[in-house]
This record gives sequence, C-alpha cells and structure tokens, in this order.
Amino acid sequence: MEVGQMQRRLLEYTKSLFMEGVLDNQFLQLQQLQDESNPDFVAEVVSLFFADSERLLNDLTRALDQPTIDFKMVDSHVHQLKGSSSSIGAERIKNACVAFRNFCEEQNIEGCMSCLQQVKQEYCLVKNKLETLFRMEQQIVAAGGSIPMMELSF
Amino acid sequence: MTTTNGVASLRLISDEIDGFDLSPSDTEEVHVLAVDDSFVDRKVIERLLTISSCKVTAVDSGRRALQFLGLDEEQSINGFDGLKVDLIITDYCMPGMTGYELLKKIKDSSALREIPVVIMSSENILARIDRCLEDGAEDFIVKPVKLSDVKRIKDYLTRDVNLGNEGRGINKRKARESCDLSSSPPSVITSSSSPSSPSSPFRSPSILSSSAPCSPPSTLDSPTSRLKMTISD
Repeated sequence: MEVGQMQRRLLEYTKSLFMEGVLDNQFLQLQQLQDESNPDFVAEVVSLFFADSERLLNDLTRALDQPTIDFKMVDSHVHQLKGSSSSIGAERIKNACVAFRNFCEEQNIEGCMSCLQQVKQEYCLVKNKLETLFRMEQQIVAAGGSIPMMELSF
Repeated sequence: MTTTNGVASLRLISDEIDGFDLSPSDTEEVHVLAVDDSFVDRKVIERLLTISSCKVTAVDSGRRALQFLGLDEEQSINGFDGLKVDLIITDYCMPGMTGYELLKKIKDSSALREIPVVIMSSENILARIDRCLEDGAEDFIVKPVKLSDVKRIKDYLTRDVNLGNEGRGINKRKARESCDLSSSPPSVITSSSSPSSPSSPFRSPSILSSSAPCSPPSTLDSPTSRLKMTISD
C-alpha cells in the first residue's frame, strides 16, 4: 500500500471513531499539541491513560468485591477515571463513568456492577481502536510519509 | 543582577531539590506552577502551557506546590524563598489538600497572595466556581482544558502586567457567564465545539480531511461552547 492510500485509510478510520462517539474533540486538541519537537505526545498521553485506567479498573473491581462496599471510594475512583478519559477525549468511557457515579450516589450495587462491566468494555474498545490508530500512523511514518491532521467542524 | 548570575545560582539549588523540574527564572517568559494529582492531566497541562510559551513546573499535590513556593513550614528548603512564579493553575479535586485549600493558603500568605491562581475542575458546579472566585481565584476552567483556555489566561496575565488589576474583574464576570451558558450551543462561533455535558446530543460532524502535515496549534485555537472569550477574540 502506498503512502497516500495509507493516509486516506487513517483519516477514514479516525473519522469513524468520531462518528461512533469513541473519541471527541479533546482528542483532536491533543493532536494539535503534537509537532516535530514532540512527535509522540499523543501516544505518550494515551499510554499514561492506559496505565492509569487499568489501575483504576483493578481498584474498582476490588472495591466492588468487598462484603461491605465503600461507595465513596468507588465514586472517587470513577471520578478519576472520568477525568482522565475526558482529558484524552475518550467520550464513551467518560459517559459510562457519569452513569456509574449516579449509581454510586444511590448506593446501588447492581447498578454499579453493571456499570463496571460497561466501563471495562468501553475501555477495551477505545484501547483497541487507539492501538490500531497508532499502528497505522507508525506504518505511514515507516513508509516515509507524514501523519495527516484532521480538521473537525460542526 | 545579571541573568547569568541568576541562572548559575538556580542550577546549584536545583541539584539539591528532588522531583522538581526547575528552569531558570526568566523575566520575559511567564512561569506557571501547575498542580494536578492526575498523571494524564499533568502531562496535558504541561504541554498546553509549554506550547503557549510558558515555563512550566508541574507538581502532583498542594503540599508540593507550597514547598516549591517556599511556604511549607515542615519541609522548608534552606535559603530558598521559592522561584518567581507568575501564575498558579491548580486542579480542584485532589487528595490531601484540595485546590481550594491551596488557594486559601496562597491568598493568606503576604508573600504569595499577589500570584494569580486559576482553578480547574471537571465539575461545573456554580457554587464551587463562585466560592473560588470570591476567595481570590483569578479564573475557573472547566476541564478538559483546551489550548484556547490557556491562551485566554496567558493573554490577560500579560495584559494584567501592563494594565494593573483592571483586567481581573472582567474575567471573573466572564467565568460566571460561561458557566451559566455552559449547556447552550455556541451562538456566534461555528467552528469546533466540545460537549461539556454528557447529555449533549451526539452531533454529526462534517469532517474535512487533509493530507497536509500537522497544522500549527493556532488553527484549533477557537472558542468552545462555553463561550469563554477574551476581549481580543
């Protein structure tokens, strides 16, 4: 596949992530912060996000597994996850966290369990999608091309 | 005092201090102290500020911030009054000391109270915003922080230096207006907006693709749906 084709594929793929609501405008903001002096900025932030999220998801699983659930602590973890997903533009995880927090407030165990599953699924989804995105970018760079930037208008 | 002397003495101090990213204080460049317990947010705010030509020191807690400013009694750094900081930008929700508590400590300190403090929060709670502004915060940014937010703050910061305190009142009002209007769609601006609340309907964007290399940051530097606009916009 030649570079132009790869670039088009990348843009189509990125576009689809926005259409599906997996990513939002904040992700584009991050891309705008990347340049020659900081060519891996987005990948670095996303890596931090993955590490952070996995830790929080583990903490959440443990916290909801206790005989007596500390809903304040659960809420605190979800709040953090919501914050970081919002900061990278992971819209669906963020929205799932909002629902999760509502159940925490109601101290609804089943609701929380269900939300945890939902958040985990959304996390896996965005992780896969972003890893695919980065792979596509790397292929373009390896082939000597540059990564095209998207512009989004509403 | 020459700049080179200042730089030399700062480098000596920086060898003794662990965990701080010190850069020589430069009277021309704005030095911002960023406080956030989140790794992700710290990295993002650091980059946003750097790309806006600010020098950044990023710390992970209010306590560390106070140490850096030379205000923490328990772990005071000998002979170190704190590097010149032009702006403090802090997250609100942090374990230990909240951003609000940090704000109070700074405003209660005769040495530090003149430093403008901006609060960031993922939660758009009017009472919280009001309280922060009333207790001395310069501005309140609802996360996620964007380049336009940083630009706006930097703009009035440098304007403040020239005009004195006149700029501040205006921005406090703007922050209040922006939170009142946070759920309304942009009226004037037709470029990119971000959903600040989860209930906003999913929009079908018309996406223009470009095969050109990375465009400069300023192309996306447009006001968002929160209508936080500076006078210069």
